[in-house]
Amino acid sequence: MIAAAPLFRAEGLSKRYGGVIALDRADLEVHPGRIHAILGENGAGKSTLIKLMVGVVAPDEGRMTLEGREVAFAGPAAANDAGIVCIFQELSLIPDLSVADNILISHPPTRLGMIDRRAQRRIAEEALHRAGAGDIHPRALVRDLPLSRRQMVEIAKALARRPKILILDEATSALTAADVTKVFEVLKRLRSEGLALLYISHRMHEIAELADDCSVFRNGRRISTFAAGTRTDAEVIELMIGREYKHAFPDKPLRKPDGRPPALQCKALGWGDRLRDISFSLHAGEIIGLGGLDGQGQRELLLALFGVLRDTSGEVLIDGDKVAIDSPVAAKSGRIGLALIPEDRKTEGLMLPMSVRDNLSAAAFDRFARFGIIDRRRQSEMIDEMIRLIEIKTASPDLPVSALSGGNQQKVVIAKWLMNKPRIILLNDPTRGIDVGTKQEIYRLLRRLADEGAAILLYSTDYDELIGCCDRVLVMYDGAVRRELAGAEITERALVSSALNVDDGEPAKASAQ
Amino acid sequence: MSEWRYWLAEQRGTLLAIGIFAAMFLIYATNHPAGFSANMVQTASNKATLLAFVAMAQAIVVITAGIDLSVGMILTLTNCLASWIVVGSATETALGVIGVLGTGLLCGMINGAIVIFGRLQPIVTTIATGAMYYGVALMLRPNPGGSVNETLADALTGRLFGVVPTSLVALAAAALVIWVPYSRSVIGRAAFATGSSEVAAYMSGAPIRAAKFAAYTLAGLLSAIGGLFLTFFSYTGEAAYASGNAYTLFSIAAVVLGGVSLMGGRGSAIGAIFGALAFRTIGDLLFVFDFDPLWQPLFQGLVLMLAVSIGAFGLVRVRNRLEWFG
Repeated sequence: MIAAAPLFRAEGLSKRYGGVIALDRADLEVHPGRIHAILGENGAGKSTLIKLMVGVVAPDEGRMTLEGREVAFAGPAAANDAGIVCIFQELSLIPDLSVADNILISHPPTRLGMIDRRAQRRIAEEALHRAGAGDIHPRALVRDLPLSRRQMVEIAKALARRPKILILDEATSALTAADVTKVFEVLKRLRSEGLALLYISHRMHEIAELADDCSVFRNGRRISTFAAGTRTDAEVIELMIGREYKHAFPDKPLRKPDGRPPALQCKALGWGDRLRDISFSLHAGEIIGLGGLDGQGQRELLLALFGVLRDTSGEVLIDGDKVAIDSPVAAKSGRIGLALIPEDRKTEGLMLPMSVRDNLSAAAFDRFARFGIIDRRRQSEMIDEMIRLIEIKTASPDLPVSALSGGNQQKVVIAKWLMNKPRIILLNDPTRGIDVGTKQEIYRLLRRLADEGAAILLYSTDYDELIGCCDRVLVMYDGAVRRELAGAEITERALVSSALNVDDGEPAKASAQ
Repeated sequence: MSEWRYWLAEQRGTLLAIGIFAAMFLIYATNHPAGFSANMVQTASNKATLLAFVAMAQAIVVITAGIDLSVGMILTLTNCLASWIVVGSATETALGVIGVLGTGLLCGMINGAIVIFGRLQPIVTTIATGAMYYGVALMLRPNPGGSVNETLADALTGRLFGVVPTSLVALAAAALVIWVPYSRSVIGRAAFATGSSEVAAYMSGAPIRAAKFAAYTLAGLLSAIGGLFLTFFSYTGEAAYASGNAYTLFSIAAVVLGGVSLMGGRGSAIGAIFGALAFRTIGDLLFVFDFDPLWQPLFQGLVLMLAVSIGAFGLVRVRNRLEWFG
């Protein structure tokens, strides 16, 4: 296909995080003057591959060569110096510095040991123009810029480093349509200048418009590489899915409508441009899944329901009554009875150095306090019961949570909120990074809670989980519900294609041209 | 036109501190029984300079999102040391000054090395090292005493050309020679970047460690200059525990008054200088209005509270409440 020697080659790269294999003997070739698209589901290994390429993490196995020489990067700075620059999904800009300072943060022009501000400004302006963002003032503080402008600064910053390989990881997700057009022109020009570009995007029509080569990743490995345009969207999706099912899921009972109003109902919920016109009903006894690619507004939806976001529009109804939830305290109050089980258990969910007992008590003090004084005996009873119920494996409730395994820590997070006897449970990707056994216990627990009358909204990046656990799935795309799937409609193909905003097996309009 | 706006946005905190100080000083000067005179300015300046040096030190560390609770103790230690070695002939005195400043640098380097390589939190590290520095100070001066080269002391606490207080000139010189080049160097900008978002700074390949090390080291040096001036004012060395701690706490207050964000990433040492001057002026204001001196701590607290509230104003309107917690 391509005769010339590759600019960059990865061979047999593996990376494990704890027991989870993120990248499994993956390989890849990158050629100058070409745009190479990387495709794959959540957790297919794309992000890990990039982290290895730019020196954020070191591989467990395998080797990388750049221009024929083997390379090992001590950190992002070393990779940048070697000519591999990545524009990350999570921005790497420094909010309190100016645009010009940010663009030249690692190698500013200096004179007599001080930063030559005039030269810096000239170079920054040049880089902004190259990125098609000449409208951004180099002295503006990054914190004052809207997200789409920051993303353009990020691109200018990458260009100012004169990279050989430029990696764009979902770099267009925050951009306006006009900016996307400009960025595409820039990328095509860079390609003609001989740069190698790695382009990671979930937008199929962007890939069709831009890419020369496509590689599909699945389960931490590169499955296939082909010239762009030689496969249909349906074939590409076929390559991306086809994972074997690993988990056993509890049966889904048939829920009969009981005529009661839904436990939770959203009417046209919105938040800026991050959440748009979201409407759904969640009944007691039901598990609804939130699907879609990472970062399409699922987290924001959970935070909005839990009263963390301000200035939301639309209505939220609990048991048919309109409510205003303006803080987590209000959300968990008896009348509303919401619980949010957060994703990042290390920061939002747990106080790691404190004991299991204290962590379990944190959200439920009013359950066993009398006149503001903790009733120790009642607390102990409730905690022992909960530890038994959820099967938390700990030698004693007085052990610090940090001494528990990841799976058991996550159980503590869930148990902590169950102490409150919530009626509506929101979960933010609760099984990420935990072992298979614990996952299955959590699935059983969720189903039991639903059977006992809880209403559950489960955001998961694991498609198996959505298929196996949920009665219905709302697939989100770009802050809105793209599609609702129920019962037998919940298939991997339907989940993946609606997550990518293309129709089942049919090419999307944009790529049909 | 728009260039002005950007400059204003960058300097907002510092300008606010200058404004607060100017307003307070004006009230003070116009109500002073002896009126506005070179003598009055000299006295006010000498009182405020010590805190201003320590506040500069604190500001440089706070900008990296750290904190240095040992600045007051470095001041005390270097004061005790100076009362031994900044004496004798011109050459001996000069060597003594170098020794004192070198000791400050060393103290700062120890702080920096522990924070960076020991990965300990700055607050714990500097409480511990501060206690050690005080311990050494006590060994040097179990009882107040010692002396200093009085010619040099008088020169640096007097007036230049009979008008400008020399201590103020020294303060300006330190700002010009230390702060200005630092803030415009690659290291200095990395310090701002680290304070603003350490992860982003790391991902961008900014020299985080060098920046933190430089910040703590310079803080040690500036505290030592403070200690030197304390010796010039008092002619003695004294391992005064309470006063050392007061300098540390007031330096944090001055930094906040000076528009430096305790979250890091924003502010300047110039702002901190004016914050220190303003903080000292509060006390003087009470004096000219004939308040009972007992009111001073309460009043200082109120003014500080007010200044911090202005700084926190931006937090009131966030759209995602999780941003409150940084």
